[in-house]
Amino acid sequence: MAGPLRAIAGRRPRLRRGPWMGFVPWLTLFLFLVPVLLGLVGTWLPAFGYLPALGGTGLSPEPWQRLFADPSLPGALLLTVTTGFLSALLALVLAMSVLAAWHGTRLLRAVRRFLAPLLAVPHAALALGLAFLLADSGWLVRLAFAAGELMGLAVPRRPPMLGLANDPNGIALTFGLALKETPFLLLMSLAALGQIRVERTLAVARSAGYGPVTAWVKTVLPQLYPQIRLPVYAVLAYSLSVVDMALILGPSTPPTLAVLVLRWFNDPDLSLRFMAAAGATLQLCIVLAALALWYGAERLVVRCCRPWLSAGGRGGPGRATRGVSGLAIGLAGAMFAAAILAMAVWSVTRRWRFPDALPAQWSAATWAETLPVLAWPAWTTLWAGLAAAGLALVLTIGCLEYEDRAGVRPSTRALWLLYVPLLVPQIAFLFGAQVLLVLLRLDGTAPALIWSHLMFVLPYVFLALSDPWRALDSRYARTARCLGLSPGAVLLRVKLPMLLRPLLIAAAIGFAVSVAQYLPTIFAGAGRLTTLTVEAVGLAGGGDRRVIGMYAFAQSVLPLAAFALALAVPTMLYRRRKGMSP
Amino acid sequence: MRAEAENAAGTLRLEAVALVLGGEALLGPLSITIAPSEIVTVMGASGSGKSSLLAFLTGTLDPVFAASGRVFLDGLDITDLPPEKRGVGILFQDDLLFPHLSVGENLAFALPPRVKGRRERRQAVDGALAEAGLAGFADRDPATLSGGQRARAAVMRTLLAEPRALLLDEPFSKLDAALRERFREFVFDHARARRLPTLLVTHDAADARATGGPVIDLEDGNCRPATRFSGHGTDELRAGRGK
Repeated sequence: MAGPLRAIAGRRPRLRRGPWMGFVPWLTLFLFLVPVLLGLVGTWLPAFGYLPALGGTGLSPEPWQRLFADPSLPGALLLTVTTGFLSALLALVLAMSVLAAWHGTRLLRAVRRFLAPLLAVPHAALALGLAFLLADSGWLVRLAFAAGELMGLAVPRRPPMLGLANDPNGIALTFGLALKETPFLLLMSLAALGQIRVERTLAVARSAGYGPVTAWVKTVLPQLYPQIRLPVYAVLAYSLSVVDMALILGPSTPPTLAVLVLRWFNDPDLSLRFMAAAGATLQLCIVLAALALWYGAERLVVRCCRPWLSAGGRGGPGRATRGVSGLAIGLAGAMFAAAILAMAVWSVTRRWRFPDALPAQWSAATWAETLPVLAWPAWTTLWAGLAAAGLALVLTIGCLEYEDRAGVRPSTRALWLLYVPLLVPQIAFLFGAQVLLVLLRLDGTAPALIWSHLMFVLPYVFLALSDPWRALDSRYARTARCLGLSPGAVLLRVKLPMLLRPLLIAAAIGFAVSVAQYLPTIFAGAGRLTTLTVEAVGLAGGGDRRVIGMYAFAQSVLPLAAFALALAVPTMLYRRRKGMSP
Repeated sequence: MRAEAENAAGTLRLEAVALVLGGEALLGPLSITIAPSEIVTVMGASGSGKSSLLAFLTGTLDPVFAASGRVFLDGLDITDLPPEKRGVGILFQDDLLFPHLSVGENLAFALPPRVKGRRERRQAVDGALAEAGLAGFADRDPATLSGGQRARAAVMRTLLAEPRALLLDEPFSKLDAALRERFREFVFDHARARRLPTLLVTHDAADARATGGPVIDLEDGNCRPATRFSGHGTDELRAGRGK
């Protein structure tokens, strides 16, 4: 433990350490790593039959025997692996081909502008919107029927049996995941591209005769990929173990492994908890094996493509890549927008008979009736998100300020630690963490909920803030010190005001991450604390589309509002400071 | 007679090239004719748009600039061609060797696909490395080379792509004085040996003097003919600021 801890605290301090700040990186690590570690152990023990509270006092392989004897396991495993790998691959290929084919164009600048709102929409809200679009009586079918009617075709009055949503092969789930993860990969890639001299690298390659796409793939991609490797792994791990999107868009017989495990955890038959713990541990093994496999595939691709890089092939003008990737990103954007719009429309619908393209009657009745019910989870969502994002921001500022004062930089190994909560499947440690909370009599309390969100909010806030923080010209701080300010005053009066924009963006990202949390809220909230996301996912199965639309819309509006504020506040405060504009 | 000379084989000709940034004239209009083996220098302070001029010539100008004028190479109008079809090689002040490739692979990257077969390509690369005093460096990581070695490798990479004109974007400015002079001669010798019309932009008067060719100063708009060598066709004033 000492090794990695020293890695994030930095190895060789060159300047005098801030005497009291040294504990901040440790505290931060403690807060988000200890629950993961204890939670893993707390899941492994019951996986081998040990959980005194439920009468398991000795170790036995019985939970595993029951797990492997379960008839739905093989199907669930196959579904998990195919949807996980395919969606991660799809998201990576889409993100890279758009970056390669549309480098320096207006399309890419437009994509960049829409990334923040796309990321802000919670997974569950997007999945619900997509389900509205893809359902047999969904918007796509309605629009198709309306178009058919306009062309004078005889259109049936009943929904067709297409089964696009919740299809048994998980195609809808694969596309939904890819749709949500592509913006994340694009954002991380654009940030990483800022560290590479892309323009000149491309100028060298193209003046040597390389076509635009080939030049990008042969010179920029090999430099970019190592920098986005961790985000790619996080996407793969997430896709393999996602629960909320799989519940909404995935099939149910069998569902993916993570959903199956959650079902066992929630079963009234308490003895199933042991099997569920074994399943959760199996989920961890699958993710680790998948990461190892992906790493192996990377090595293989590098080995096979290495000769190709210098073999001299110049490639063509890349029009096909441009066309296909442009079309794909356009379609993806349209689907995303339509999904959000569908939720908004449903929430103000009174009557919308099939196959009308639009509601026949509109009304705010759903909002008026449901708002009092929705207010409580909305309030919980708000305070949990604000508390988690605020705490994460304070801890991150503490770590980064400590870096400045002690003159250290964390190593790449420390970056891996930051990604631990994003790589380890939530379901693999949340049960154990819940057991721990019960022991501490903390389950269902506000601190437990905030802590469970903080684990996932912290890495994102740190990732969002560390680059702009480290990029701030250190001479400003030195100038201020020479003018007689204490280090604390420099932080408050120079650094934080100058970094206001990235600080607020990081906080908005943290808030959005918190709003989107499903599993942590279920396990730490213990049914007593519930958020919009939990309610929305809970309603997904059946229920009134109008109410679902309202929950999903409200769930998206909160993080979107946070982003809007994060963009508006600095612009307003610094409207007379041209040097502070983005 | 004059037009004929200007469109002669191997000549790089800029015709009334002007750059506009945000509605304000940044550079030009500039008309320059560069004969094969001739090195013309454009001098200007930073921000004078000299790097943007080269970006315009390679076809990689940032779309925030508006550009006018035509560029001819070998009598062919290349103004609207994509960068990869122009046959214009460029050297920057940073060597920009690709960090993910070995030194040899960096050079092979530029070698035309026409050179086929692993052995032939390797031979061509080894030959170029030897020419740059880097024999045996093919498998080295570019990061382990000295500044001067990296700079020479970058020159060979640019030349292996068989450009028909060469642009130099202050490629000497990051080297220390001793290295600088030798490297300058290295670049100029190789450019002349391949009879390339060469355009150098710099803010250093010593660089400009060393070319022995005409110098265009963006500040005062004057063109000074060559002062040292007289054998490079400078008897006639080939470069001049346009109307």
